[in-house]
Amino acid sequence: MDKRMNAADVVGALRDGMTIGFGGWGPRRKPMAIVREILRSPVKNLTVVAYGGPEVGMLCAAGKVKKLIFGFATLDAIPLEPYYRKAREAGELKELMELDEGMFQWGLRAAGMRLPFLPTRSGIATDVVRLNPELRTIRSPYDDGEVLIAMPALKLDVALLHVNVADRLGNTLVTGPDPYFDHLFARAAEKCYVSAERVEERLELDAASARYNTFERYLVSGVVHAPFGAHPTSCPSDYGWDMTHFKRYSSSAAEEGGWQAYVDEFVAPGEAAYQERNGGTARLATLPLPVF
Amino acid sequence: MTTNIDFTLAELMIVAASEAWRGDGELLASGLGVIPRLGASLAKLTHSPGLLMTDSEAFLVEEPIPLGPRGDYKPKYAGYMPFERVFECVWGGRRHAMIGPTQVDRWGQTNLSCVGEYAKPRSAMLGVRGLPGNSINHINSLFVPSHSRRVFVEGEVDMVSGVGFKPERWNEGECSDLMEIRIVVTDLCVMDFDGPSRAARVRSLHPGVSFAEVQEKTGFPLIAALDMGETALPTADQLAVIRKLDPHDLRATAIKGNPPGIRAAA
Repeated sequence: MDKRMNAADVVGALRDGMTIGFGGWGPRRKPMAIVREILRSPVKNLTVVAYGGPEVGMLCAAGKVKKLIFGFATLDAIPLEPYYRKAREAGELKELMELDEGMFQWGLRAAGMRLPFLPTRSGIATDVVRLNPELRTIRSPYDDGEVLIAMPALKLDVALLHVNVADRLGNTLVTGPDPYFDHLFARAAEKCYVSAERVEERLELDAASARYNTFERYLVSGVVHAPFGAHPTSCPSDYGWDMTHFKRYSSSAAEEGGWQAYVDEFVAPGEAAYQERNGGTARLATLPLPVF
Repeated sequence: MTTNIDFTLAELMIVAASEAWRGDGELLASGLGVIPRLGASLAKLTHSPGLLMTDSEAFLVEEPIPLGPRGDYKPKYAGYMPFERVFECVWGGRRHAMIGPTQVDRWGQTNLSCVGEYAKPRSAMLGVRGLPGNSINHINSLFVPSHSRRVFVEGEVDMVSGVGFKPERWNEGECSDLMEIRIVVTDLCVMDFDGPSRAARVRSLHPGVSFAEVQEKTGFPLIAALDMGETALPTADQLAVIRKLDPHDLRATAIKGNPPGIRAAA
């Protein structure tokens, strides 16, 4: 069994109109090498499901987003995601499902458990229910009779994740302090493709390291070796996010033709050129982890 | 009142923010942003040692971590609190967060999503983030660094992200008993929503600020608490703790112009 493939193979498996979940959280551990491959491809009309970071802004800027299902879009240190903001303020994102962060994980969890919905109090009495008329409520069948939101399963056609380590079989390790919700994305998806900083033949770990595994390999359809594949987002414990790049990306949104210039410089020439234009692997490997 | 101690408005607000958590016992104190985080840290190190805090990433600490670059400082972890566990904590109600919304209305509803029309907003912000779930499940306090009618809006906030006390927003059977808005700390005053019928109420005014000024800069009617006085000034001990928690003086950039805690006479 060998699940290795390259990013182009992953994107070749995507179809127009698919619902695609992106792992990570904001500017943290996003599968950016695969995102750049999507940007180089003709795939379009995507429903993007994410705790949004730059992947949301870039896919919006490239006109590939038909619908966005999200709780936020941010680069953290730069609070407002520049191209998400631009798309929203231009009224270009017509289909939005803006959810509480907790409702979002509840929807992924329902999908992973093959349930139609999971009940939650979160979202009640807010505009989340008013703006998402597809959300229905359910009354507790017990004596309390509480009315709750029936958060529908967020079923994904494909989940795209980036991890620190994988093997050819699809075993994965997330060595940073927080696994985020990648495991729920993997469970919610028909197919899950994982890019990894390092790909080994077969993981043979001690017990302490094996606990960095957060989901099972039967969920993983393909493994892509993508060193610095989360850049410009962080990949704890390997490297931090790249503020220099984020600033450049962010300021491009305010420039005439800024997105096309960004694409020409960083996306179109491919990953090797991308790394070179960001100072080379020596610089990328030493990007400091953010301190909070 | 006279004082020999110099302090900034930011430091006054940190002390006011810390009061939000007084008496909370054992729950997760989350202060988002420089002043709320310093407020929570000060609370834990002075009057409320039972509070739980994180390193703002994924671990629990019993000693609040100083802000900014850490130098030789090594965090001492006491437990684990990744995002997934934060949700479990939120839904279980054992948390008191202080957040800075973009808009707040007379019902205590908050907005972090967008300003203007939803389909084509004048300003798109972060998105609702965790506000719907936080606001309905646990105690929240609010932080407003620049008190104005832009924040404290006349009507309803443009996108209700966090719940409040507007009866029309609650349908039969929906549970509003688990929410609480504790206090609102601004650069002018400390407020709450504990007036008659949950009316917004000024609890204390910062030195040199009048009730009339606060009302003028608020888009909805305020009432003065019966015992409304001056916001407590920081003590020398509190200032020493704050300096230790914020060795790079990030608090100096938290309020525009870093004004002194006691206004110069107009």
